[in-house]
Amino acid sequence: MADCVNFHFDIDGDNFTSAGEASVRIKKLLRQMEFDAEIIRRVSVAMYEGEINMVIHADGGTADVNVYCDRIEIILKDNGPGIPDINLAMQEGYSTAPDNIRSLGFGAGMGLPNMKRYTDGMKIESEVGKGTTIYMTVNA
Amino acid sequence: MKIRTIAELLDAKVLCGAENIDKEVHSACGCDMMSDVLAFVKEQAVLITGLCNPQVVRTAEMMDMRCIVFVRGKTPPKEVIALAEDAGIVILASNERMYVACGKLYANGLSGGSVVNG
Repeated sequence: MADCVNFHFDIDGDNFTSAGEASVRIKKLLRQMEFDAEIIRRVSVAMYEGEINMVIHADGGTADVNVYCDRIEIILKDNGPGIPDINLAMQEGYSTAPDNIRSLGFGAGMGLPNMKRYTDGMKIESEVGKGTTIYMTVNA
Repeated sequence: MKIRTIAELLDAKVLCGAENIDKEVHSACGCDMMSDVLAFVKEQAVLITGLCNPQVVRTAEMMDMRCIVFVRGKTPPKEVIALAEDAGIVILASNERMYVACGKLYANGLSGGSVVNG
């Protein structure tokens, strides 16, 4: 395997139906690269939650996945409204998602906590009115 | 328990994945909130739900689940079935309500399994 393989995805913000397509592709790619099943699950769930968040809150964005031999980095970037209080947003059960999203099975306030739960490192940079970038790492 | 047995117990139709119907599964969860499935599922191979959108299949795929049971007589749209077919997931459709479906499977030995610790 090369030192680093990068995958880039544009996340469509208008289409809840297609949300998660990038995560499914990453899951398949990591399987082809023969990573451990539990590592693959943790990467794909964290990325999937991030994708869903970008569609719900930020009108889409981009996802970059850097695959190294010993770790997988996920960088999710959007130009959405930003997160005014990151500590509050990290609390399980806290959600600003609209009711129509809850009727689709999301918006329970578990997205960011799940991303932290499934990764070994997570950093959020957010500016209100400008957007949010989330860096996550899963050690392989 | 074989997926075939689940279909028989719930009098369910097999909508896709018939080639995997004799696979063994050991635990299940019943949930309409996909966020909670992503948060708490660990090794459950069967998802019992009344929610019928593509994210149900994607959630099951993320969690390496093998079978989705749609309850309350819900029939998923074609694109949902196509996604499941692509992922190799068996889809069953039953007229049972969630509570009864879960109860029947639990009473016949399909456990809830363990959950992820916070």
